[in-house]
Amino acid sequence: MKKTKVLGLPYGVWMLIFIVFPIFLMFLYAVRTSSGGFTLDNFRNFFSPMYMQILWDSVYMAGISTVICLLLGYPVAMIISKMPEKSRNLFLVLIIMPTWMNFLLRTYSWMNILGKNGLINKLLTLLGMNTMDLLYNNGAVLLGMVYNFLPFMIYPIYSVIIKINPSYLEAAKDLGANSVKAFMKVTLPLSVPGIITGITMVFMPAVSTFVISDLLGGGTQMYIGNLISHQFLQKGDWNFGSAVSFIMMIVILIVMMITNKFSKTDKESV
Amino acid sequence: MMKFLKKFYIYIVLIFLYAPVFVMAVYSFNESRTSKKWGGFSLKWYESLFHNEEILSALYYTLIVAAVACIVSTIVGTISAIGIYSMSGKVKSLMLNVNYLPVINPDIVTGISMMLLFGFCSIRQGFFTMLIAHITFCIPYVVLSVLPKLNQMDKHLVEAAMDLGATPAYTLRKIVIPEILPGILTGALMAFTLSIDDFVISFFSTGSGVSNLSIYVYSAAKRGISPEINALSTLMILTVSVLLAIVNFGSNKKSQEKGDR
Amino acid sequence: MKKISLLLAVVLLLSTMLFGCGDNSSDKPTLYVYNVGTYIDKSVNDMFEEEFDCNVVYETYDSNESMYLKVVNATSDYDVIFPSDYMLEKMIKEELVLPLNHENIPNMANIREELLGGSFDENNTYGVPYFYGTVGILYNTQTVKEPVDSWGILWDEKYADDILMYDSQRDSLGIALKYLGYSMNTRNKDEVLKAQAALIQQKPMIVGYFTDSVMDMMIGEEASLAVVYSGDAVYCMSENENLAYAVPKEGSNVWIDCMAIPKTSKQKELAEAYINFMCRDDIAMLNTQEVMYSSANKNLEADLREEDWSDNDAYFVPQEVLDRCEFFNDLGDFLPVFAEAWETVKASK
Repeated sequence: MKKTKVLGLPYGVWMLIFIVFPIFLMFLYAVRTSSGGFTLDNFRNFFSPMYMQILWDSVYMAGISTVICLLLGYPVAMIISKMPEKSRNLFLVLIIMPTWMNFLLRTYSWMNILGKNGLINKLLTLLGMNTMDLLYNNGAVLLGMVYNFLPFMIYPIYSVIIKINPSYLEAAKDLGANSVKAFMKVTLPLSVPGIITGITMVFMPAVSTFVISDLLGGGTQMYIGNLISHQFLQKGDWNFGSAVSFIMMIVILIVMMITNKFSKTDKESV
Repeated sequence: MMKFLKKFYIYIVLIFLYAPVFVMAVYSFNESRTSKKWGGFSLKWYESLFHNEEILSALYYTLIVAAVACIVSTIVGTISAIGIYSMSGKVKSLMLNVNYLPVINPDIVTGISMMLLFGFCSIRQGFFTMLIAHITFCIPYVVLSVLPKLNQMDKHLVEAAMDLGATPAYTLRKIVIPEILPGILTGALMAFTLSIDDFVISFFSTGSGVSNLSIYVYSAAKRGISPEINALSTLMILTVSVLLAIVNFGSNKKSQEKGDR
Repeated sequence: MKKISLLLAVVLLLSTMLFGCGDNSSDKPTLYVYNVGTYIDKSVNDMFEEEFDCNVVYETYDSNESMYLKVVNATSDYDVIFPSDYMLEKMIKEELVLPLNHENIPNMANIREELLGGSFDENNTYGVPYFYGTVGILYNTQTVKEPVDSWGILWDEKYADDILMYDSQRDSLGIALKYLGYSMNTRNKDEVLKAQAALIQQKPMIVGYFTDSVMDMMIGEEASLAVVYSGDAVYCMSENENLAYAVPKEGSNVWIDCMAIPKTSKQKELAEAYINFMCRDDIAMLNTQEVMYSSANKNLEADLREEDWSDNDAYFVPQEVLDRCEFFNDLGDFLPVFAEAWETVKASK
């Protein structure tokens, strides 16, 4: 497989032109003042208690929604992978189909379900119960994130579980492991690559999202995505906006590097 | 018992995923323009949908861009994943980290940096710039879906095939691709999904009158979501469901399966 | 797995086939119109195409700021844009818009005199007013029994969890500044900080900061008080008769959305013809009927007074209300002070 290295080359060039170079252009903004001189103040300014709080809140919310997605999504991936092939495909498409509807549409739909005079509250009044404040709080933001990113957790896990050699499981059972133990010792460790990918695909976009928090959270919380888009769209401060996104990039890359190390050692131990 | 629980769980998740879809479909038959009032049953939004050129042209560009971006990024992403997989050390981790960037970056940063790039090369923005932007942010997801499958693949299988005299191309087709196929399809579906749903990056990378559905929906959301869009989405979901049913039941008449939703 | 790929292939194929080629390129000149979403009666563009034998390529944006970014970067050959007053002022300063040849726009005579000569564009060299309005309070007369005449009602504990604020730094800080008796265009940092404190104090009482979703929520009676633009108030009132609109006595913001020609234009004369066309009485009527914002055209008043939806003080802004309102000025260097105050408000717990 040595020669196949070359296959990565065209994409390398593509990335250079369409990813690295544009980001380099942004980097130029991050190290400049509004009048054009060189400065590191844009980075320095970020390290204030307010911005650190915003960063922490975003990572925290994204982390929780990733965990919820993992807990909800793993069983789904497993159950689907155990189905006969026909239903497998059916359910895979069923899982992703709602996301083909526009994101804003789905979010507005949730607002109609959760709102003060929404479906759930109408149902509650019908049953003679008190209405609840379901919208415009952190719970609603979490729900929005989980709803939007869940398929991105299920898919990678599914595609790994489906190829786990069933003979491993049988061997474990032959050796006297019950199904829980077989799962813990065989399926779970072998599905780690899928879990890592799932976490990546949910956590990374969740950290930087801002429309969900604006609509379902009522715009009363600021997350890093809101902060960045605020710099570009309302404040017109590209320099600080670029710097913030660079800091975020670096933080997440460090997190990912750690997870990758973890996944590597884990794979070798199997 | 276990079996029942599993089914129950899957259906609960599906209800969660489809609740907003269902609500939206109901409102597409609402006579009134706002979703807060039920003005009686009506098909008028379906009718006006087909006279709304703005929506139809946006739909056209959405589907074309999603289709092409999905195909191109799946092919390029799969090939690149194989390439990255056989790399090692610093080069590999560099490629991987750069590949993460479009996933980590907030849409607005990717969108604006794309706009800067096109401006830098003084390219008039339109269909092709939007397509390039979509391909660029879709490939990483394909790479990320295919790589774990490659890692999972038994290396000895490939070596054995080569030892037995198979050419690399033959090995790729007969051994590697079938092994990683679930990953490729996962990546393709994700690419399609991301492309069809993207607003911010599309907005900043398009021009010359080319917009997609997301741009239309966001800029027309001033008075709440237009029921025409509800109608369109209902039709889209319905079309896919029908196709799904045909594919699912048509090709396998022998064994009965549980019906779709 | 094969089936999924088959399904995908069918979907993709269908989608490409269904629509075929949409391009009908010809020698006709093409006019690129870049407007806010839902801000026009679309048949107007067809009429213009017919009368002037040209193609109109119509594209939409969701905010002044994103339009600005696209024009600055010259992403397309836009010919006509619709910036608000403060944005036009900024674009004039940065030389992003072209001066108009008024000989080509005789219909400017139809524009209300009180909207001409605003400080942002003193001789209307660059912009022609399109729609205008105020910022005020939309309230539900069933739950708010007292007269609404002061911004102070948005700080009244009685209405805790019943207030919708507007998610925009200029509008929300502007309201707080007016409430405290300052100018919305203040250049005094202390005043901005006081406004910031007022908003932080108010934050626990509000449902949230919203933009477009306010209208649905007010029509659905999910809150009693909301900050809205007058044109949106007109729409909400036409959908729910319990709603009423008031501009507080402390004064507020009056805004004008203008038509202008950006420097990216390659069809300046045709663009001027388009602007002139939009000022024509019948066209202005179509647009205001569709959008429900107050038209800048003065000849429509008699007809619109006859109609239920438009015969009110939200649509026809009384002179005494205009007198106590001010335009937003482009803040220039002072903008970061507002922006940081707004960040602090939004990040406060």
